[in-house]
Amino acid sequence: MQEKSLADINERIRDGSARVVTAEEMPDIVDELGLAGAVREVDVVTTGTFGAMCSSGVFLNLGHSDPPIKISKALLNKVEAYGGVAAVDLFLGATQPSEDRGIEYGGAHVMEDLISGKQIEVDAYGAGTDCYPQMDLQTSLRLEDFNQAIMVNPRNAYQRYNAATNSADRTMHTYMGTLLPRFGNIHYSGSGVLSPLSNDPNFDYIGVGTRIFLAGAQGYVMGSGTQHNPQNNFSTLMVTGDLKKMNNRFLRAATFHKYGPSLYLGIGIPIPILSEKLAKSTAVRDRDITVPIVDYGIARRDRPSLKMVSYEDLKSGMIEINGKEVSTSSLSSFHVAREVALTLKQQVEKGEFLLSSAVEPLSRVGSSRPMKQTKESPNVGDVMSRDVVTVHEDIGVEEAARLIVSGSFDHLPVVSRDGRLMGIITAWDISKAVASGKSSRIGDIMTRRVYSVNADEPIELAARTFDTHSISAMPVVDKDNKVIGMITSNHLSRLFARRR
Amino acid sequence: MKLMLHVAPGIVRYPLIASVILETGALVNIERASIDAVSGEIVLEVPQDKCSMVKEAFERRGVKVVPLEIPVIRDENECVHCGACVSICPTGTFRFEDWLVVADSGKCIQCGACIMGCPQRALKLVLK
Repeated sequence: MQEKSLADINERIRDGSARVVTAEEMPDIVDELGLAGAVREVDVVTTGTFGAMCSSGVFLNLGHSDPPIKISKALLNKVEAYGGVAAVDLFLGATQPSEDRGIEYGGAHVMEDLISGKQIEVDAYGAGTDCYPQMDLQTSLRLEDFNQAIMVNPRNAYQRYNAATNSADRTMHTYMGTLLPRFGNIHYSGSGVLSPLSNDPNFDYIGVGTRIFLAGAQGYVMGSGTQHNPQNNFSTLMVTGDLKKMNNRFLRAATFHKYGPSLYLGIGIPIPILSEKLAKSTAVRDRDITVPIVDYGIARRDRPSLKMVSYEDLKSGMIEINGKEVSTSSLSSFHVAREVALTLKQQVEKGEFLLSSAVEPLSRVGSSRPMKQTKESPNVGDVMSRDVVTVHEDIGVEEAARLIVSGSFDHLPVVSRDGRLMGIITAWDISKAVASGKSSRIGDIMTRRVYSVNADEPIELAARTFDTHSISAMPVVDKDNKVIGMITSNHLSRLFARRR
Repeated sequence: MKLMLHVAPGIVRYPLIASVILETGALVNIERASIDAVSGEIVLEVPQDKCSMVKEAFERRGVKVVPLEIPVIRDENECVHCGACVSICPTGTFRFEDWLVVADSGKCIQCGACIMGCPQRALKLVLK
């Protein structure tokens, strides 16, 4: 069994004789030389990833003003930073939208502007105390004006990530990008073969204190990240690094349309080949790393997954879903991930980047449980009306008008002979038909593209559908698309009024 | 070759495309048309050999014609080659070439799907 020590490898890095390859090159080396041969020939394997890492932020220390201020709220280029940490420490989160430009400019954009050398405008509001009497101030700062700008990211560098598609009949704008209706496309994220945690899934090297490449700076692993879930191969890292040393080639602000700002971040970890076990884990290929394709058309926490695919399948550009070829594309950049791994390789080769031994290994158990919700909100079935009047498409406009007048809704669901939803007719449709004098059969004037909900869906979903499509009522259907009730915006407003 | 037509409100009601097809005999494919109360935008695919004839025929009818030579304008400093544009393009304009996103000319119909889909806001339509 071939073994090496970290001290040996660092010694070789210092004298410039370390043999370094990227995680993309490693699988072929192991295939050719075997594990023992790979341990002999390779000292370090560099990894890299570059993608949206929403759970990121930076602590900024502004220094004390005269008279002093205890900042309770601060805006940086109109993006709010959290001020509830002492007097002049702020935490700026990457996904916070700005007050003036909304999601087109957010916390991530402030970070990119700062490391690009731009000046930002600060508005600070104070609490007003005997020791910190100042109530508000404005100033203009550049990155060098902050005492410290320390990035602290709660959840970065996901080991792998679910791919996303959309079964619904409308385009969904998500943090996984634009998902076209009826399985129109698939988006994925993560660098697969180059993914740092996929190259060391058992944490044989990566641990608390591991030195990493963080957007061009040398940063550190603080520990496992939030939602760290190694049991299911969804491990994450909490990382830190000095924003002042970062490079805007590897830190880029982004905006996901109708979702919000996010931060694209380049992270790389060099892994020493100390043992055959590490040679084996760094020989991982795209085809070995699998993820589910998840249906974002279902706006619930437990979205159904359609099938398991590998990063090799995802990177091929086409995946079959229900017999149809669906185009795939990535949201993270494999091009820049490669650049991270190559830059790190050069830094190690030049002796500029030494490897570190972990203070403690990462936790091998994690937690990514659903939220405990103590105040359950009602489902559609709890508030809907069950005494819904349905009609068949062959009745006349006059009869439909009579039913609306005598019933409690100004919408009539139109159903087939076996009770399945076919369309909907509103008082407005009837008025239009009467005014134009054209048709007397409601099958000709009904809206066929009808939105509906299920009784076991939360009312928030119904409210969102009303809002998105500017409608005020929807039939409630069972799993066979048979109408069992009706929900209207009145049901929701009554519920809201009672809560107050 | 793709041509983009800007149709003024007054002539929207006139069977423009039909008359140009009859005049030129060109096999024209309408790839996108959006017409509202104030203006119309139509993208046509026209065989290369009849392109200038078709362009001239439309211009004689008061239509502004712009040949779509470059697909979309990309800010190379902003693009990180993620590929978010690749699978949302209805005409397959974008593809990866060794993990760099390249745009093929002659496919774009100026629908704008990629503009909002680009997280880095690196893309712009040629005519907007």
